[in-house]
Amino acid sequence: MSQIHARQRLYRRSRQSLLHGWDPVLTAVVSLLLIIGTLLVWAATRDWYIRNGLDGQYYLKRHIINILIGGLLAYGATVVDYRLLRAYTPFLWGAGVLGLIIVLIPGLGAEINGARAWIALPGGFQIQPAELAKIAIIIGMSMILSERTHDSNEPTSKDVLQALAIAAIPVILIIVQPDMGTVLIIAASVVTIIAVSGAPARWVAALLLIAVLGGFVAVKAGVISEYQVNRLQTFVDPNADSQGAGYQLRQARITVGSGGLLGTGLFNGPQTNGRFVPEQQTDFIFTVAGEELGFIGSGFILLLYLILLMRAFSIARRTSDPFGRLVCTGVIAWFSFQLFENIGMTLGLMPMTGVPLPFISYGGSSMFATLIGFGLLQNVHARLRG
Amino acid sequence: MNNRSRLALLVVQILIVSLMAALFGRLFYLQVAAGPKYKDAALSIQSRDVVAPATRGLIVDGYGVPLAMNKAGLAITIDRIAIDKLDDKGVDVMKRLAKLLNLKYKDIYQNTRLCGELPKGQKAGCWQGSRYQPIPITKSADPDIALQIVERSDSFPGVDAQPVAIRSYPSYLDVNAAHVLGYVGPLTETDLLKGNGKQYFRSETIGKTGLEIQYDSFLRGEPGIRTVIVDRKESITRESQNTLPVAGDHLVTSLDVRLQAATEKALKDAVLRGRANGYTSDSGAAVVIDIKTGRILALASYPTYDPNAWEKGLTVQQAEDLFSEKKSVPALNRALQGLFAPASTFKAVSVVAAASAGYDLNANYKCPSQVQVGTRAFQNFDSKNQGTMNMKKAIAVSCDTIWYQIAFDEWLRDGGLRPKSSANDYFFKAAKAFNITQKVGIDLPSESSSRLADRDYKKSWYQQNKDFYCNYKERATKAQQTPFLLQLAAENCVDGDKIRAGDAVNFSIGQGDTVVTPLKLTQMYAAIANGGTIWQMMVAKAIVKTDGTVVKSFTPKKLGTVNAAPSTLSFLRSSLREVVVSGTGAGVFAGFPIEVSGKTGTGQVFGRNPNGSLKDDTSWFASYAPSKNPRYAVVMMVGQGGFGASTSGVGVRQIYSSLFGVTGNKVVPGAALFPEGKPPTQLPKISPATKPKEASK
Repeated sequence: MSQIHARQRLYRRSRQSLLHGWDPVLTAVVSLLLIIGTLLVWAATRDWYIRNGLDGQYYLKRHIINILIGGLLAYGATVVDYRLLRAYTPFLWGAGVLGLIIVLIPGLGAEINGARAWIALPGGFQIQPAELAKIAIIIGMSMILSERTHDSNEPTSKDVLQALAIAAIPVILIIVQPDMGTVLIIAASVVTIIAVSGAPARWVAALLLIAVLGGFVAVKAGVISEYQVNRLQTFVDPNADSQGAGYQLRQARITVGSGGLLGTGLFNGPQTNGRFVPEQQTDFIFTVAGEELGFIGSGFILLLYLILLMRAFSIARRTSDPFGRLVCTGVIAWFSFQLFENIGMTLGLMPMTGVPLPFISYGGSSMFATLIGFGLLQNVHARLRG
Repeated sequence: MNNRSRLALLVVQILIVSLMAALFGRLFYLQVAAGPKYKDAALSIQSRDVVAPATRGLIVDGYGVPLAMNKAGLAITIDRIAIDKLDDKGVDVMKRLAKLLNLKYKDIYQNTRLCGELPKGQKAGCWQGSRYQPIPITKSADPDIALQIVERSDSFPGVDAQPVAIRSYPSYLDVNAAHVLGYVGPLTETDLLKGNGKQYFRSETIGKTGLEIQYDSFLRGEPGIRTVIVDRKESITRESQNTLPVAGDHLVTSLDVRLQAATEKALKDAVLRGRANGYTSDSGAAVVIDIKTGRILALASYPTYDPNAWEKGLTVQQAEDLFSEKKSVPALNRALQGLFAPASTFKAVSVVAAASAGYDLNANYKCPSQVQVGTRAFQNFDSKNQGTMNMKKAIAVSCDTIWYQIAFDEWLRDGGLRPKSSANDYFFKAAKAFNITQKVGIDLPSESSSRLADRDYKKSWYQQNKDFYCNYKERATKAQQTPFLLQLAAENCVDGDKIRAGDAVNFSIGQGDTVVTPLKLTQMYAAIANGGTIWQMMVAKAIVKTDGTVVKSFTPKKLGTVNAAPSTLSFLRSSLREVVVSGTGAGVFAGFPIEVSGKTGTGQVFGRNPNGSLKDDTSWFASYAPSKNPRYAVVMMVGQGGFGASTSGVGVRQIYSSLFGVTGNKVVPGAALFPEGKPPTQLPKISPATKPKEASK
């Protein structure tokens, strides 16, 4: 009897050591999102690939590999105490900036859909350094804004300026690509981190104003490429371009709407199988959920995201460490704005920007980055009492 | 955590929750509230209806011989959307295609223009369908040429060749019958909008005129629809629905191919005879009906057109000719759309008028060379003084003056230019007794109403025209300012609303503003022959399914009765027989073994031809036979054909010869088209292989 108990205890301890201090709800929610995402990626590609004489499981296999690698990275992000991460932050940031410079060099960076955002690797894999840059910016800014080298309990204007400088360099490089979707997400994270850091309110107000003005001037001055402007214009008037971006947005909306309450069932969506929506395993993956899983299924996905974010907020509140809180806040802003941009675009609430849906879209870099973000949340959670 | 951080975190949390709420709300709207709308939209993106046209029903004659059938053809089509995308809008492709098909580039160009794209007056030969259906250039292409096009598809972008079922009018015994059968053509936007409760598909062919349009809903059948689900590359992923086409029902008519062919030939011969005699002779109509049912046995109109031309590919020239005045408007069906003064054939009405006015039909009357009517002398035909004769003889020799006298006397009795309120109007009433303004009710589109120029007509005519005649000098063209016309205009301005003596006198011999269609006159003579029954005219006998089941039978319908005493009708019949025995029809029917009754008519026509010549007389011959126990009425009219007897009378004899199997002056045993002496009453077996029966010799 006691022997059994002892073994159970031992077993529990060994399990505890692997996922020690992880938030089980967060883990469960992300696992569910990963499973749903895997099914959706498969559903988005299987039929078309088989009908064209290709391997129906091609994307499925690669997606699972991505999740496994991402899982390892997430685990890695939890093992080291996040407070020690500070030491690595300059290297992480440097690697991100280097990657962003490399993509701009012809021959090394790959241009897809008018944006030079990718580094092509052997084996058909690609890396998107901007995803890495997001993490570097969040950690770097959190570090600067939480360090107290003076008596004040709040970051000074100098701290804020330093933090902004950390964000500014990668952001400029991303604007050059151009990848406005990522810029928007980073901008949202930057403002959120600064706001939550306790920095003077005028900074927050000023940054919000700059963001709005910056967007306006960028469009007017032609900083944003024609490709980007087209996407924005078709958002305002979806009939402006019947074959390009407007076509995609309309198709996406029709596909989601046609799913109705219950959906057509996984693998059974005629819009999905006919591939009327382009990029449906990556940026438009939510259309597959909409059509095949219906309002019930896609609403459930939204609910999972909501739980995930609320859970992250709770961690941010419970930690006594300002650095951990800011990292959490940055990750929350990143996840929520990225998913809002992605789903909002699919549903016709947001202009077309090519950002993937966290935990669900096919794509290695995004998957790795979001899982590292998830790992950071768990890391902070694990050390709540430490 | 300081308060500001706490507050900021809360604000961010609220912001994010509201963003999520927005997504939820939008998702609910798209999928639940607007879901049905998007489902429809998705369906229209994914699904394609492939329409397999139904086999069109046959149109057969009373013995089952096909007048309209189907055959396999090879269509060469042009896809407008595809050629419009070419740099030269397909000019080069169409030029090469024209060379290959031995057609004119101009025709192919015109054939592939949508009617709406072309300016008014230049639409001949245009495509009536939509841009989205392949436009057939020809449907009877040479297989070798079609193969060349398919094999060299890269040098003929947008051009395709495929087997199609085409409507074919087999023309046994050289029968044409275009004016009865009509033709088929592509569905137009207007057809799509009309719908008629039926769902039409763009690729369908539907009836355009004649029986083809009249009975289109039966003949057409139900096209088969295969709904397929396609992907973005338009390749088929699966099939969602497949209904097989249901073949159209067959239409059995009362026509007889042999009689129709004979009637067409007799009419054409009559027109040519008229020309040989020096008349303009530009048009004509001939009708044969069963007087006991009103069924049409043959109906011809001249000039005609080839109903097969549409499926072969109508050239611009052919399309223009159809409505060309110079070609006498072949599209017009003169039997039911042509309005002509009935001339002396109308004396049948005058007999009824005289009888009701109390004139003794058996008494003797003078037939002088002219009758003084007011200030004008009205001449007898050829100004001949024929002496005194009874009324029967007057009909036989077609004396005009006897009618002038009676009509003038009656006009005076009715008050002349100051008509009594209780005017007897015997002549107008006699015309009404024949229901002259009532349509014959034939089951063909666009029948014209005959016109009775009575007092009401005069009044409404005056209302419409008095402004013109009272300001004639200003309104009329220079060419119209002759002293005679000026005089006429002045008269019309003063009392154009009244029946004048001249009007009354003209009316009695079928001249003036009273005009009838050849069908109406046929119906009137049929009623005289059958004892007074006015039957609705009908071509259709039955609608029969492909398996032989009768869907619908068309039974004879009585439209009315001639309001005249049986003794008057009996007198009329004996008079009409006398015409052929000793009167104006005697020469033509000399020696004819079957007793025929009839009346000649030679109607004056005012006005000039496009070439400036004065219009020639309308030649009429209205008749029925056999005289003792009548069964058939035959009427022929030749526009500007000259005399009634020599042009139309001979033609009618020709028709009767075929009908009764007469060669020379002898009935050839077994040669009659209807051996039982009447048209078949049984419905025939229907097969596309049925050939016309040769009358056994």
